[in-house]
Formats: sequence, C-alpha cells, structure tokens
Amino acid sequence: MVDFGGWDMPLHYGSQIDEHHVVRQAAGIFDVSHMTVIDVDGADAEPYLRTLLANDVAKLESPGRGLYSCMLNQSGGIVDDLIAYRRDSGEFRIVVNAATREQDLAWMDGVAGDYAVTLTERPGAIMLAVQGPAACECAASLLPDSLRAVALGLAPFGCVEGEGEGEGWFVARTGYTGEDGWEIMLGAEAGLVFWDAAVAAGIRPCGLGARDTLRLEAGLCLYGQDMDQGTSPLISSLAWTVAWDPTDRAFVGRPALEDERKQKRARKLVGLILDDRGIMRHGQRVITEAGAGVVTSGGFSPTMQRSIALARIPASAAESCQVEIRAARRDAIIVRPPFVRNGKIQVDLPGGHPET
Amino acid sequence: MSEVPANLKYSSDHEWVRLEDDGSVVVGITDHAQAALGELVYVEVPEPGQVFNKGDACIVVESVKAASDVYAPVSGDCQATNSALSDEPELVNQSPYEDGWLVRLQPLAQAELDELMDADAYSRFLAESDS
Repeated sequence: MVDFGGWDMPLHYGSQIDEHHVVRQAAGIFDVSHMTVIDVDGADAEPYLRTLLANDVAKLESPGRGLYSCMLNQSGGIVDDLIAYRRDSGEFRIVVNAATREQDLAWMDGVAGDYAVTLTERPGAIMLAVQGPAACECAASLLPDSLRAVALGLAPFGCVEGEGEGEGWFVARTGYTGEDGWEIMLGAEAGLVFWDAAVAAGIRPCGLGARDTLRLEAGLCLYGQDMDQGTSPLISSLAWTVAWDPTDRAFVGRPALEDERKQKRARKLVGLILDDRGIMRHGQRVITEAGAGVVTSGGFSPTMQRSIALARIPASAAESCQVEIRAARRDAIIVRPPFVRNGKIQVDLPGGHPET
Repeated sequence: MSEVPANLKYSSDHEWVRLEDDGSVVVGITDHAQAALGELVYVEVPEPGQVFNKGDACIVVESVKAASDVYAPVSGDCQATNSALSDEPELVNQSPYEDGWLVRLQPLAQAELDELMDADAYSRFLAESDS
C-alpha cells in the first residue's frame, strides 16, 4: 500500500507486471475512487467552463459527450488536466486528479467569480475503471439492464447516466491505459457489489503500479510529473487539446499561451526508448546535440521488455540522445508516443520486437 | 513472514552470504529484501575481477518501482556473477536464496564473515525493524 494524495492505495494485488499484461490482453479493474468528481451546474455552467478550460466544451454538441482538457493559470501553466462531460443543458461533470484536489477547487472557485454556477464535489462516489480489449464485454452483464446497450454502443469519450434502477450510475468510454474500456461512477454500495462481481467474472484487480506503466506505454501524461504549473500544454504534447477557435473565447491563460505560440518553441515532450541496459527514471538528465533535457516519467515497459520514458528536451533535438543513469550515459532513441495502443507496439524498436 | 534459511549469514542491509567449500562466498538479497523491492526488471552486476570493500555498492537491482544498490557484505574480489539474471531478473524474486544469487566473491578479510548475523539474529533484526 502507498499513500497517494491522501488515499491508501495498493501498488499491486500480487504482480504489477501480470496486471499490466492482463489489461493489454484481456481485462483488468482499477479502483480509481481517489479521483475528484466535481459537478458544475447553473445557468452559466457552459460559459464558465469555456473560460476555465483551454479546450472548448462548446465542441460537446450534445449531452453524453466528454472531452479532455487542461485548466491553465494566467501564465499558461497547467493547474490540472481533466475530463469534462456534458450531461444536460447547463449541467457538466468534470473529473480531476486526487493529489491536486484542494488547489483545483480553490482555483475553480476563484475563476467562478460572478458566473452563476454551482460547484459540487461528489466525494462519496466510487469510481472504477474496467480496461482492456475484453473489458466491456466482460463487464456488460454487471451494468443495470437499462444502461447496458447504450454503454456498449458508446464511442470513445461518450458517456451515459442511469435512471430508475440505474440511478446514480455514470458510465463513460474513457480510461488511462491506451485500451478500450469504461470508467464507471456509482454509489458506494453498488460499487462494492460491482467490484466483487467483476472479479468473479474474471476481471483482474490492478493497482497503481500497472496503471502507471500502462499510461506510460500509452504516452499519456501524468500530472505533477510530465506537466505542472510551470509547463504549458504546448511543451507537454498537449497542443491538440487547446481550442484556439473561436479566437474571441477568452479562456484563462490564453494571452500567455498566444505569446508562447508566436515564439519559436524551445522545448518539447517526447518519448524515449533505451537502446542499452538499465531503466530510465524520473529526473534523470538527457543529453542531446541541442542541449540538455530531463526524463519526466521513466520505467520498464512490460509490453516492450525494455525501458521507456517521456522526456522534455530541446525542440530541435531529433533521433537519438543519451540518458544519465547513475554514473553512466546510455543511448536512447527519440520517438513520438504512444509506445503501445490497443495491445500493439506503435514504435520501431532497436533490435526488433520481443517475441509475443 | 519471510523465509530465513538457517545455513546462511546475513547483513543488516538484507544481503545473505553462503560460505562455499573452496572458501569463496555467494551473495544475494534476502526474501525480505526482494519482497520490499517489488518485481525486479533489471540487475546490473560487476565485472569479474572487480574488488570491493565491505559496504561498497557492488550491484544495482532495479524493480518496477525504483533502483537500489546492493552493498558488499564482506570485502572481496568478484569471481563470478549470475549470468541468468540478464534475461530473467525475476529469478531474484522467485528464488532469492538459490537461482537468484547475485555474485560470488573471494573474501579478503575472514574476520568480516564472523561479524555477519546468523539466521536467528537476522530473524530478530527483521522483527525489531518491523515494530
């Protein structure tokens, strides 16, 4: 067990590596109840979120859709990353990180100012993520009858809420693993029943350790490690999440981001594959022809059977670099993440692919 | 409870030492240590011929969580390393006292061997550090 943002969470339920593989190949379940769920209601909910977020919730044309976004400070640094779902007109739900809960709530309150919005945290909710190619198929029978067909038909980032016997259920086709699956919010009692039933149905419990290696292989940033208040989306491989149009949408951080965009980009976030022995870790120095950089997340990739990392390096660096692992400089190649998606390796490996 | 074989000597850094008939010693990490480290994904062993003083970092074990040094429990020169670990570092988790051995050293100071704990002392040491 480890402390994670004030929550006692298991790193693994036996074997982190086995848990990783089962999500790539079949189905795993994660207890992600530590995530902070905040409902945004009121007449101004949409204009408020269009100010708060760098992505534009106006793109969510109908209820039952969600999008990934950063919320920025005035300097264009990332306060947190989140998913925002449109529920009904004037109703949204956002899911932010656990470790940033207090700073997020304070920041959101501050931006709310004169907007007619109500922010309601849902601390009692359980959130479970079933992930893997077989996750939805295995978990479908555990959903309320009225939700099952719609949930199975959800597109990525789609969501559906239950009524009647499904009251209190919220199912979204989202995740943090690079695999298909659902993230499910539900009441405490129903959550415990669902967990036990999922495990009985052969969905394997997975801990924080596998969650981290899966998201790293999928090239998904971790807040506080790959991005923070001092880094903008533009140098975090998240430029695609900034909605520049319409040009008159004055989201927080926009002026600073516009300035940064006009200048030549100095740094970028890339993927590294170690072409040598050892394991890359957070904080290690990266040496490139264009100057130094740093490993923001590193570790062992169970799928690729070698060390991979995300690193922030000079923008003009290309192809290869070296990473200082303790006393030694080790060769690494620079790639564009994701490393692995939907069970398949997405990058060329030095020395070929591991046998599968 | 972790396993503590009676025929081995132990250091307070959770290494075990097995005295061989030819006077050399085989060194590994204890069951307690492998469990605390988590699943190993990489082991960096020294070159044969390298000489270590007692307490020198001589091996690096990297788990899914972090990198950790393994210290020489006695002074000695490295005679052999466990080559199986380059492909199967998980042997250290699966068999810490047998297949997962790390290095074989020729001790330079016999007296250092007497300073190591026996199995009873190491078991008490584990119990005390737990409480």
